[in-house]
Amino acid sequence: MLVNRRSFLRVSSLAGGGVLLGLYIKPPKASAQFGPSAPPVPNNYIKIAPDGTITIMAKDPEVGQGVKTMLPMLIAEELDADWKMVKIEQTDFDDTKYAAQFAGGSLATPFNWDPMRRVGAAGRQLLVSAAAHTWGVPEAECSTAAGRVLHAGSKRSVGYGEVASKAAAMPVPDLQKVKLKDPKDYTIIGHSKRGYDVPKIVTGQPVFAIDFTLPNMLFAVFQKCPVFAGKVVSANLDEIKAMPGIRDAFVVEGNVKPGTVVEQDPGLEPGVAIVADTWWQAQTARKKLQVKWDEGHGASQSSVAFAQKADELSKQPPAKTLRKDGDPDGALASAAKVVEAAYVYPFISHAPLEPQNCTAHWQGDKIEIWSNSQIPGGGRTLVAKTLGIPEKDVTLHMQRGGGGFGRRLTNDYMVESAWISKTVNAPVKLLWSREDDFGHDYYRPGGFQYLKAGLDGSGKIVAWNNHFISWGDGDRPAPSSTMGATEFPARYVPNYALHNTNQPLWLKTGALRAPGSNVYAFVIQSFIDELAHAAGKDPIEFRLALLSNTPLPAPAPRPGGGGFGGPEFSAERTIGVLKLAAEKSGWGKQTPSSGRALGVAFHFSHMGYFAEIADVSVSAENKVKVHKVWVAADIGSQIINPNFAENLAQGAVIDGLSELMGQEITLEGGAVVQHNYDKHPMMRIAQAPEIEVHWLKSNNSPTGLGEPSLPPILPAVCNAIFTATGKRIRETPLSKSGYSWA
Amino acid sequence: MAFQLTVNGRSTTVDVPGDTPLLWVIRDVLKLKGTKYGCGIGQCGACTVHLNGKAVRSCQTPVSAAKAPITTLEGLSADGTHPVQLAWLEIDVPQCGYCQAGQMMSAAALLAKTPKPTDQDINSAMNGNLCRCGTYVRIRQAIHKAAEIGVTSKLKKPSEVAASQSGAQE
Repeated sequence: MLVNRRSFLRVSSLAGGGVLLGLYIKPPKASAQFGPSAPPVPNNYIKIAPDGTITIMAKDPEVGQGVKTMLPMLIAEELDADWKMVKIEQTDFDDTKYAAQFAGGSLATPFNWDPMRRVGAAGRQLLVSAAAHTWGVPEAECSTAAGRVLHAGSKRSVGYGEVASKAAAMPVPDLQKVKLKDPKDYTIIGHSKRGYDVPKIVTGQPVFAIDFTLPNMLFAVFQKCPVFAGKVVSANLDEIKAMPGIRDAFVVEGNVKPGTVVEQDPGLEPGVAIVADTWWQAQTARKKLQVKWDEGHGASQSSVAFAQKADELSKQPPAKTLRKDGDPDGALASAAKVVEAAYVYPFISHAPLEPQNCTAHWQGDKIEIWSNSQIPGGGRTLVAKTLGIPEKDVTLHMQRGGGGFGRRLTNDYMVESAWISKTVNAPVKLLWSREDDFGHDYYRPGGFQYLKAGLDGSGKIVAWNNHFISWGDGDRPAPSSTMGATEFPARYVPNYALHNTNQPLWLKTGALRAPGSNVYAFVIQSFIDELAHAAGKDPIEFRLALLSNTPLPAPAPRPGGGGFGGPEFSAERTIGVLKLAAEKSGWGKQTPSSGRALGVAFHFSHMGYFAEIADVSVSAENKVKVHKVWVAADIGSQIINPNFAENLAQGAVIDGLSELMGQEITLEGGAVVQHNYDKHPMMRIAQAPEIEVHWLKSNNSPTGLGEPSLPPILPAVCNAIFTATGKRIRETPLSKSGYSWA
Repeated sequence: MAFQLTVNGRSTTVDVPGDTPLLWVIRDVLKLKGTKYGCGIGQCGACTVHLNGKAVRSCQTPVSAAKAPITTLEGLSADGTHPVQLAWLEIDVPQCGYCQAGQMMSAAALLAKTPKPTDQDINSAMNGNLCRCGTYVRIRQAIHKAAEIGVTSKLKKPSEVAASQSGAQE
């Protein structure tokens, strides 16, 4: 799968000696949503200098997912490099050179696993050829280890750097024919490597976008209407301009068109920009800013009204049916037992710890931008369109992001900084306050799911019916608010229906880590647990039995399936991780105790299989303590950087627990109510459980883990709470029902 | 208004309004970018620095109140060898890394006072520092590791380390 046969290699001499390997990778079609593919232009992926230093370019945005270290590990492994001699440099955004530069969908591993290893192997082949040629021995007699070519027969060896210049003149290997290592010989893949930027991070060096400065750079804040896209009627600009350090203050008209659905990156939002010598001066001036807003039709929206409308819609026939197998209504009517439940989850905010910021420098008719965007290509398009300049006149430098989680898959802050820089004709860093960030996110959409299922006399699920109330207008869904028609248990229940009705939403929505999955797992795995208990079955046995059903045929492969392409759901791999989680947690072996229990859930997304079990106790005062979590995962044959992979999976559990307990964005009068971490809390260290991560290595090409590791923890904890207390959780966050962390 | 500050052992004068948060003086006047802005209300701890050896939130500390020696992450050691830095490297704590300056400053203050902290001590000292990536398991491990390193290297108080290497911010 995803073996990329459209890659090729170019080799050239490096100025000053050494060899340069350029790789062109044509991205798989599934990545089209992250930007168009471009014609091949040679790049400079790998440089081997005469002193043996190997410089590998990191092409993707680094937002804490570890890609800057992981992709070079793939190259270095097959190059047989000495990792200590490897330097990693971040590229700029340049889609004429580097295909598909984005951070999303947990796609870096599946997209790059094959081509990155092949370019490394081709480099090794060139170096071997050069050494063999020098020594006058057959290439087949040469081997490599840790950055040297060896000839055992004559006991000679030579460092890569010493033959690098000669390697540039050797015949270029065919990428599809290079010999790849036997995984048992790996010395880098599967061996933990520290994050490349960590030495800089622990000494406080400026590595994040927010740290970047330019000479004579000004700072800006941008005040938008509390109601999305509300327009400025008037503002006390003269008073603001007279305040200390203020260089300019002006109204931005913006170009977002009112509607009933907000598309991703809809344009420049209206507001008031304040530009000053320092950020604190701009922020201080903002406290005196008085704006009369025309809030527009968004002001009539509220979370209370959304819930009322959803309840109404649930009682009416659905607007559309996304999937129907068998006869769900008939099967429900004849079922031995029917279980019905309504599940609710809120809008939540990404809130990466580095607030949105971007530095832009308008230079006459061109602009240069420094950004931590997860999708710089989309930003470039938005900036070019908004400023009315060709895309080629937007130069984009990629910088480390202090967290992403999907927030930086939209480029609102980039286009704002570009507009402000152009207006004041100076280099400007726009920095949102934390309140700006919470008030103007692309929120994870909330939703309502009305489920009904039937069990037969033996406790088997015979019918499943879901009316999913989400957001959109007609055939235009709000971003990240749809559910796929193959979401489990589709195909595994003979009579199955997924219906959908949408209500309009004038609010930005978007992808949050494991989009869709981060709520579908909660709903589906909680409801399956309800059914297990209704059937009087052990929750794991019940799931294993469901997974053992003969599935209905899978649909034809489609982009976006199972989380952005790739194979369809595999029951076998799911069963594997469920059993592993059960074994590691000692499932079924605990002495039952009141108020404390294990809960289980699994979820498939982004090509990864995760089962998670949580050991949870609940006090009489509804204080919840998650003692320990076991994560069992199948993401293929290799865990490329094991220590970091474990870190990511542990972090996903913590992230999911934060979402579960306290996070909720609500609207009143069209405006977001929660504006900082005190009202939209994250888990803290004292509450964090012990987390064990176990990898089930399978004979599948490696895939990503940052996203699929998150979804199961929410239902696992909810299911534990039910077993411990008899109370079924059907709404997040738990804090709404009186729960808090112990 | 002029304020005299001692930052990482070096004395400096800044001319800003007295209510300017120390965070913005450190970042934008002194150009020390290690200290981070996260929430501006003392909720996240990303801006943690030492004031007279005690961990404080620099976003909640007006510059006028910063009358004692200040240490930022850049001043924790001259060469990145403070036990907390060594432990953070060894355990490879960061994911995105944005909160880690604050985490490390809170950890260093804890270890200066309590060289062998228990898990409970860690919970109390570190509960004001949020990590959006959820690296808490590793932060805890790294603090225990730093305690080990500290014992073997006769842990200096951060303020002593800072005092021995003025000019570290250059």
